[in-house]
Amino acid sequence: MTSADDSGTADPVGSTESVVDTSSGLSDRATTRSDTIVEAKGVDVFYGEDQALQDISMEIPEKQVTAMIGPSGCGKSTFLRCINRMNDQIDVCRVDGEIEFRGKNIYDDDVDPVVLRRRIGMVFQQPNPFPKSIYDNVAYGLKIQGKTEDMDQKVENALKGAALWDEVKDKLHTSGLDLSGGQQQRLCIARAIAVDPQVILMDEPASALDPIATAQIEDLIEELSRDFTVVIVTHNMQQAARISDKTAVFLTGGELVEFDDTNRIFENPQSQRVEDYITGKFG
Amino acid sequence: MSTDTDEGLFGDIDLGWEHTKNKLFLGLIFAASMFGVVMLALLLLDVAHTFYVGLTEFNISLVQFFTVDGSRRPELAGFRGAIIASVMLMLFTAILAFFIGLGTAVYLEEYAPDTRITRLLEANLANLAGVPSIVYGLLALAALVNGIGTGPILIAGSVALALLVMPIIIVSSQEALRAVPDSVRNGSYATGATKWQTIKEVVLPAAMPGILTGTILALARAIGETAPLLMVGALFTNRMPFGPLDRFSGMPTQIYGWAAEPSQHFIHLAGVGIVVLLSILLTMNGVAIYLRNKYETEV
Repeated sequence: MTSADDSGTADPVGSTESVVDTSSGLSDRATTRSDTIVEAKGVDVFYGEDQALQDISMEIPEKQVTAMIGPSGCGKSTFLRCINRMNDQIDVCRVDGEIEFRGKNIYDDDVDPVVLRRRIGMVFQQPNPFPKSIYDNVAYGLKIQGKTEDMDQKVENALKGAALWDEVKDKLHTSGLDLSGGQQQRLCIARAIAVDPQVILMDEPASALDPIATAQIEDLIEELSRDFTVVIVTHNMQQAARISDKTAVFLTGGELVEFDDTNRIFENPQSQRVEDYITGKFG
Repeated sequence: MSTDTDEGLFGDIDLGWEHTKNKLFLGLIFAASMFGVVMLALLLLDVAHTFYVGLTEFNISLVQFFTVDGSRRPELAGFRGAIIASVMLMLFTAILAFFIGLGTAVYLEEYAPDTRITRLLEANLANLAGVPSIVYGLLALAALVNGIGTGPILIAGSVALALLVMPIIIVSSQEALRAVPDSVRNGSYATGATKWQTIKEVVLPAAMPGILTGTILALARAIGETAPLLMVGALFTNRMPFGPLDRFSGMPTQIYGWAAEPSQHFIHLAGVGIVVLLSILLTMNGVAIYLRNKYETEV
């Protein structure tokens, strides 16, 4: 991780200042509200011989909610996992093309995926808290990144940011696994935002939850988009329509068929295939 | 059986013989599973009898048994030296085997690529687990006792026992590591942790109860091992060892030595020694089971 840390201020992924100094980072972002923060340019993804994504190009705007919808196996989760290089964990996975994070291609040799993931956090489909206390779950990212000052305050802020504080403030040192499914997922969101990332990727974060917990997560996502860029994969078209500013429709075969403002996607889709999908003719 | 009553609906199928076969088979497998239990009970009964006779007819004092070392005169003999020797053996065996075994398991589970070399390594480990214990004793004898010329010292016995239990520790640690769900690893990576941070902070703590359980069970096996210690030369020593370089005789070898004596007094000393050894063994197994039950609901 040191190699990318040392790679200089010209490299936005490697520079630590923007995240450590929260206030200036936030004000920067506030003035450039709809700037592109992540841009994919001709991304192809292969699992061994199989091509999972074909020539994906899209610009994800900063501090907005971008939803990715599509039928099962269309590659939307694969694309999400490309943005923070979680696909590096899969041996047979190969990514061609470029994904730029603030103008820097994250697949360049001098980008350390560990540093990248400190800028781009992730929440998974199944809540996956660590078998540790609630406090230690949230403090985990701060601890491994060596940011141990004001730990209590940061943990409290993260739990408040994830709308979980009131429910757990009296039992911070009990196991995170004792929480309900919805609480566990909000704990995972608290864990992700505790390290103050710039982008939060969410891979169907509510699909394992009941309707009430889902509604809480959806409210939370709208809250989060004030401070963070949120990219969310969902199966649920109504969810995408409710919470997102932009929607990308992936269809079988790993194509990005349409990407536009959410209203236009749902009210006036350009492509017949997207219209068929959205009106429930298939998928 | 009950099929005779409703002739019209179910009467055409008679499963009487099939049900009898079920019962016969149940009886057979129940008898098979009771066989081990009955044998263990008989063994314990025999040991308990020897223990009782030893305490009453031969006036073996338990106080003396635990506070005096071995002796060539049965009325002066005790078990202290052997207990201390076994405890020290376990300590050094644990130190030698645990870290190497856990390191191997972490490498194989978390780092090793799935190549031919890795598979060869794993096959070798499986083979090592099947090597008779006396062979490890032979190895320690050839390499340390005679090779380096250490003589029959305690650390040589520990090396033999460590080699013996290492494959068990590796395999049980691998299983414990495999039981940690990948989703937890991914959660750690996605928070910006390196691989080692993930292993150290998340995977190992989650797997530790399983690893410790496996290690304790492996050590419980080692503490009763006689053959490697005999091979290393841990016999005919009655003094208590004070360090890893002293000559020694562990509990099983002391029992073996006593049982080989013609005197009935020695035979019953051996019986008392067996009770002590078994108690320690059962305690270790109990701790392992407790650990497993306590933590198996988590993760």
